[in-house]
Amino acid sequence: MAVDSLEQTAVSPATPPAPVVRKVKRRKRGVSGWVVLALVAAVGLLMLFPFWIAIINAFKPAPDYIANGPVSLPTELDFSALVDFWGGVDFNRKLLNSVVISGSVALIAVALSLLSAFAIGIGRIRGRVWILALFMLAFTIPQEALVYPLFVLTRDLGLYDTMTGVVIILAVLQSAFGTYMLSSVLGTFPPEVLEAARLDGASRFQVLRLVVLPLTRPTMAVLMTFFFIWTWNDFFLPLVLLPSADNQTVSVALGALSGQYTSDPTALAAASLAGILPALVFFLLFQRTLMRGVNLGAVK
Amino acid sequence: MSSLTAVRRRSTSERRSGYWWYILPGAVGFLAVVAVPFGMNLWYSLTSFRGVGDPVFIGFENYQRLLGDPLFWASFRHSVAFIVAMAILPTAIGVVVAAVLFNFISPKFGSKVASFLRATYYLPQILPIAVAGVLWKWMYQPQYGIINTTLRDLGLDGLAQNWLGDSDLAIYAVMNVLVWLQIGYTVVVFMAGLSRVDPALYEAAELDGATWLQQFRTITLNQLRPEIAVVLITTSVAALKVFAPIFVLTRGGPGTSTIVPAYFSFSNFFTTTKVGYGAAVASVLALMISVVAVVLLRYQTRNSEGFEDGRG
Repeated sequence: MAVDSLEQTAVSPATPPAPVVRKVKRRKRGVSGWVVLALVAAVGLLMLFPFWIAIINAFKPAPDYIANGPVSLPTELDFSALVDFWGGVDFNRKLLNSVVISGSVALIAVALSLLSAFAIGIGRIRGRVWILALFMLAFTIPQEALVYPLFVLTRDLGLYDTMTGVVIILAVLQSAFGTYMLSSVLGTFPPEVLEAARLDGASRFQVLRLVVLPLTRPTMAVLMTFFFIWTWNDFFLPLVLLPSADNQTVSVALGALSGQYTSDPTALAAASLAGILPALVFFLLFQRTLMRGVNLGAVK
Repeated sequence: MSSLTAVRRRSTSERRSGYWWYILPGAVGFLAVVAVPFGMNLWYSLTSFRGVGDPVFIGFENYQRLLGDPLFWASFRHSVAFIVAMAILPTAIGVVVAAVLFNFISPKFGSKVASFLRATYYLPQILPIAVAGVLWKWMYQPQYGIINTTLRDLGLDGLAQNWLGDSDLAIYAVMNVLVWLQIGYTVVVFMAGLSRVDPALYEAAELDGATWLQQFRTITLNQLRPEIAVVLITTSVAALKVFAPIFVLTRGGPGTSTIVPAYFSFSNFFTTTKVGYGAAVASVLALMISVVAVVLLRYQTRNSEGFEDGRG
């Protein structure tokens, strides 16, 4: 199931001539063909191996691990490592924090991107090239060059160690990318449609809400997915700006595990699994969007 | 006639100026989150500032000290290693894997097999880097980690090492994790690039009796040139910024053997609270990344112009 939708997105441009070629070639796979397949499959297994090893050891009783090592399958299913980790770091809380922060950032960043891109792509305001260049600067600049002032400013404004502060900052940073992307999409918006709306007496806001918004919804869905996942995976700013355990995100909670849990050989496997699970859910839910977006971002 | 154009001009400029309201929230956000903090960071970099009290202006002293600081040079040397691990190796491996999947596996065994394999390479990309770090730290663990237990089981006890705890090995251990993380990205981008290539090119080459390797050299590498350039530059920027894997796996250690500019400035800010010095490091890093980004921008605009010319 996962494979089908992946395939469609990537292969579709080249599919028409494929069946003929494939039929001719399929007959001569040859020994070398199987060798190469075995080779790439082996590399694939190597890539997946860390996932596999985390899953089987997360459910392995610690004495079993010590006796039989990490490679063997667990002799019995033991949830205690996972339960201990989950309760120990209050993982439900971290999940909730991450959902709230990532969801808010995605919504606000997309709204900001749409407003700015409307002014740049449809309004064609003066200096738009420079504005876009500045926005691009915002997402290429290393966050280290912003972090200490952001720390000082949020502290002075009472936003330090609050989700509000992090949401605002990440939403602005990500909307810079969104504006850049959406502006180029809106720049190619059919002018006849806009002209027709204006002749009908639509105001700028009505054009945005009734004409532009419905037609750019697919692009915005891609952006929102990306913003959500980027925020979920983001590490540096949440690490600095959300120090208290009650506000930590999943990524930071896992990244900050140092020292503790290392005495128990299966605890870190359980922690890894807890971090892998949400990512895997997003992958299964959004893989088509993700694959399309990877290509969009790289070759656009 | 002339009054008519004047009216029209005024109405378009009015129409345009009304759009300024829409960029206001984005502009305010940019000022508050990027422009002002960046300016403050530049100011801090010219001061002696311990995080409490007021920054004291000291001119370019921080930058002068940087030039003589072996740690600063070490951090940028390590950046080169991470450009190898995040940009060069994944690009080289990615091109070969994408070509094998697209031009060899896909026609012989069907595109489903190729897509499935691509998904397996891509999977590490979905993990938060912090999670990948925890996972690898556990596998690298010297006593019970899977790498050393496997080596011992194979009777290769001599090869079992304290991977992240040995200052000669730690950087390679971290590089290995980054290669694992990055390959999926390059494979997906290059496979998408290959789907753009006209299959007739390969058919013609096949008729001329070109071997797979010759086709790879003359067709694949040439056709993928734009993707390769963009991927190399974007991943190099990511490598210059690398922070989370270092923080999770080694915290720059053992000693300073895996320190990178981002971690160096972070530890100046929040561990040793030499804020002015950390700000100088961050400014130099920002400058370097901007240079790389401008190269990317130049390349992209030139490339897209050429693309339009080709179409027109």
